[in-house]
Amino acid sequence: MIFATIGTQLGFPRLVTALVDLAPRLGEEMLIQTGPDTDPAWQAAAAATPGLTLVQSLRPAEFEEAFTRARAVVGHCGMGTILSARRWVKPLVVMPRRHALGEHRNDHQLATARQVEALPGVHVAWEIADLERLLAGPALSPPPEPGEQSPGQQALVARLRAFIEA
Amino acid sequence: MASTRRILAVASGGGHWQQLMLMRPAFDGHEVRFLTTLPGLPEQFDARPFAIIPDCNRNEKIAMARTAAALLRQVLTFRPDVVISTGALPGVMALALARAMGARTIWVDSVANAEEMSMSGRLARRVAHLWMTQWEHVAAETGAEYAGTIL
Repeated sequence: MIFATIGTQLGFPRLVTALVDLAPRLGEEMLIQTGPDTDPAWQAAAAATPGLTLVQSLRPAEFEEAFTRARAVVGHCGMGTILSARRWVKPLVVMPRRHALGEHRNDHQLATARQVEALPGVHVAWEIADLERLLAGPALSPPPEPGEQSPGQQALVARLRAFIEA
Repeated sequence: MASTRRILAVASGGGHWQQLMLMRPAFDGHEVRFLTTLPGLPEQFDARPFAIIPDCNRNEKIAMARTAAALLRQVLTFRPDVVISTGALPGVMALALARAMGARTIWVDSVANAEEMSMSGRLARRVAHLWMTQWEHVAAETGAEYAGTIL
């Protein structure tokens, strides 16, 4: 199952439309949390595509259930999504919002995407075509298991430890 | 082997707390007490011993006084050597109170603030001995220290 979440505050119709188009080709169950926007075309596609479900918002328990059940999660390049994927050890595909397309108030998600691209388990879809390449391709690598530390975490922990024990 | 330190680890519920939990290996072998604002959260992460403190924000002066009183009680009874917080405002207040009583203080700004230091992070600058961001470019712009990220 693929779970896609675009957050609760801003719509991201470019991503939702791309996923709705992709769903029949993947032939895999997909749950998309669409945020404030609605589009009759999405509803029509959901009705015509078995396994494709669209919801505007999810309660925290439902969000956690969807996240933990998914084999991969797709989201905007927000830190909440990235932290949740880390917590529940899910491969994550992120698509940065673009200021030029009216998707955010500035282009900070592009900067964030460039920085998180190096992280284990985070896969950046820079363009719509990247979504199919990532989701239809070989299994995506997950983030480190809980208890297993990423290199960045090891460095931070070592610095904190040095300060604490100084 | 360094001597055992008493560490007071403070984070508001949500992302701040999750990030603090990912820094726990830094506290291994020391005596830690966790403070957060959301009942049920410490048990969920098996973070003990712990205490729940009232949450507050900058627009609620009475709530801030309640939080400060609870923090003061914690600092006076636990007598921490080191206080660490990832945010938000109650964490800044904990650093300020504990520093006034001789503790060494650490601020690690939330990784959610990828563009600039958070509002509470800017407040924490004056009360944190070790003032850190989890983004290299924010470190370059603000003078905060960067050593790594929980991601």
